[in-house]
Amino acid sequence: MSRVALLCVVGLAAALAWPLLVPNYLVTVGMLVFFTAFIGQSWNIAGGFAGQTSFGHVVFFGTGAYTSTILQVTWGWNPWIAWIAAMAAGGAVGWMIAVLSFRAGLRGSYFALITLAFAEVFRILANSVPFTKGGLGMLIKADPSPANFQFKDPIWIYYLALLLCIVSLLIAWQLTRSRFGARLVAIRENEDAARALGIDVFAEKVKVLTLSGAMCAAGGTFYAQKYLYIDPGIAFGVDKSVEMLLVSMVGGAGTIFGPLIGSFTLMGINEVTRWLASVVPALKNVQPLSLIVYGIMLILIVARLPDGLMSLFRRRPRHA
Amino acid sequence: MFDPAFLFAGVLNGLLAGGIYVLVAVGLTLIYGVLHIINFAHGSLLMLAMYAVFYLWRLIGIDPYAALPVVIAGAFGFGFVLYRLLIGRYNHGRDENILLITLGLSIVIDNVALLFFGGDTQTIDVPYAGTFVEIGAAFLPLPKIISFGASLVICAALGLYMAKSDMGKAIRAVARERQGARLVGIDVENVFAVSYGIGIACLGAAACLLMPTYYVTPSSGHAFVLVAFTIVVLGGMGSFAGAAVGGFIIGITESLGGLFLGEQLGQIGISLIFILILLLKPTGLFGSKA
Repeated sequence: MSRVALLCVVGLAAALAWPLLVPNYLVTVGMLVFFTAFIGQSWNIAGGFAGQTSFGHVVFFGTGAYTSTILQVTWGWNPWIAWIAAMAAGGAVGWMIAVLSFRAGLRGSYFALITLAFAEVFRILANSVPFTKGGLGMLIKADPSPANFQFKDPIWIYYLALLLCIVSLLIAWQLTRSRFGARLVAIRENEDAARALGIDVFAEKVKVLTLSGAMCAAGGTFYAQKYLYIDPGIAFGVDKSVEMLLVSMVGGAGTIFGPLIGSFTLMGINEVTRWLASVVPALKNVQPLSLIVYGIMLILIVARLPDGLMSLFRRRPRHA
Repeated sequence: MFDPAFLFAGVLNGLLAGGIYVLVAVGLTLIYGVLHIINFAHGSLLMLAMYAVFYLWRLIGIDPYAALPVVIAGAFGFGFVLYRLLIGRYNHGRDENILLITLGLSIVIDNVALLFFGGDTQTIDVPYAGTFVEIGAAFLPLPKIISFGASLVICAALGLYMAKSDMGKAIRAVARERQGARLVGIDVENVFAVSYGIGIACLGAAACLLMPTYYVTPSSGHAFVLVAFTIVVLGGMGSFAGAAVGGFIIGITESLGGLFLGEQLGQIGISLIFILILLLKPTGLFGSKA
């Protein structure tokens, strides 16, 4: 058994045992680690593997959250079925943005900025149109039962997040071994060369953004079902976009485990600053502190460690 | 609602706001035109300069307009050092990298501001804030008119500097042809740092002109960053005339959007213009082919 496979088995066993061993608070922290890794992976598939850096990935997240919530609250759909519709909607928005942007030939920073603007348009619309209830946000009626995608015991939402995370890892793994994934890497490294090799660059980029959008929308529904509330600022705010980008960049963009490692790291920083704040009373305002650390890490990683924290792990066997 | 007097007032208000947007956008377009980087930290740096203006007033009692020279000089120095220490070192390679670095920078600046200044909205009470000037059917606040005039004067001064001074000529030479400028003996790295400094100095000036009528919070940068990018993209990346025309168009769009669509939905105009320009005419109104 290879070292990576062994690590995966040990990690999976630890992740399965975790909620049985720790208090509820830490179960929720673990849930957030896997959930953030999942939405981070959706960013990573487009931004890391295919090199299409997005600053507005939250547009898919919010589309998913609002689609399932509206179907459920206004039209009385079962949330599990609404979840599938949410993924379809996220994929459709990904397809639309990709077709529009890539047909116009936008690349690099321009693509990043237009995704930001799309997210902003969706946020303003969600704030203004009647069927999203505007700035008031939407409440999902609490009715805990597995059939309702609501769980009394946090352990089940933890396992669901873990499952999502594993599925996203499998998708990323599949990308590293499929021809589709190889074509994406070729596009990332040199789009013109990829085209010269006969790759239909436009079609591949549209495909990957559709896939990424559907995944991210699945995360949006998960979030709405966990907190039973969404509003335009949460669902389409810049913060979630930055979070997805950060975990991938910090962990290692374009690697299978990058988002998971990044998510672990950021959640770790979060917990340490929270603990610091409880010990040092002068630091009562914690949230900015952890974000400052994130920002510095992003700068350092882009400048010094372009393959993220993953490269620290990878370097070792190469020298051995 | 379609009363022409109402419309006239909306257009005038938009023009006045646009005057300050021009200053913000000129800084951004200068940095893009010379360094070919997209400075995502532009909004956050403006927010920082606005806090500087606020604290100069709160602690020492300096009027925001009187603070102009100090804040402009300070902002220039800050930008110059920032370029030398951080931006300049990574101003090469993939263009997304510098976008990500300036994104990281903006996250750090926003949250350092939140940590030290708190999340409260801060305003400056100038004695002339309540003075209005009547033009036709429109009542316009006096500080907005002063700021508008000052912004145009500063832009003109910058234009003159770029046209006549040796440094201005060097900056234009580097923007046009980097290698050639290096070959004739221009210190290109120094020109980069000075250009970045001037770009940030424009923000310092904008901050002084904004504070008498505007407010500042640590998230103020967000409000300006998309506006500034929209103006620059609309006018054409790197074009001064474009930034000026774009600033006025966006100012009026915002004002009329708020008038006809309401506070919330009115903001959509700017984002839509941004998307449409990028999709249909990425070179903007005045831009040359990239």
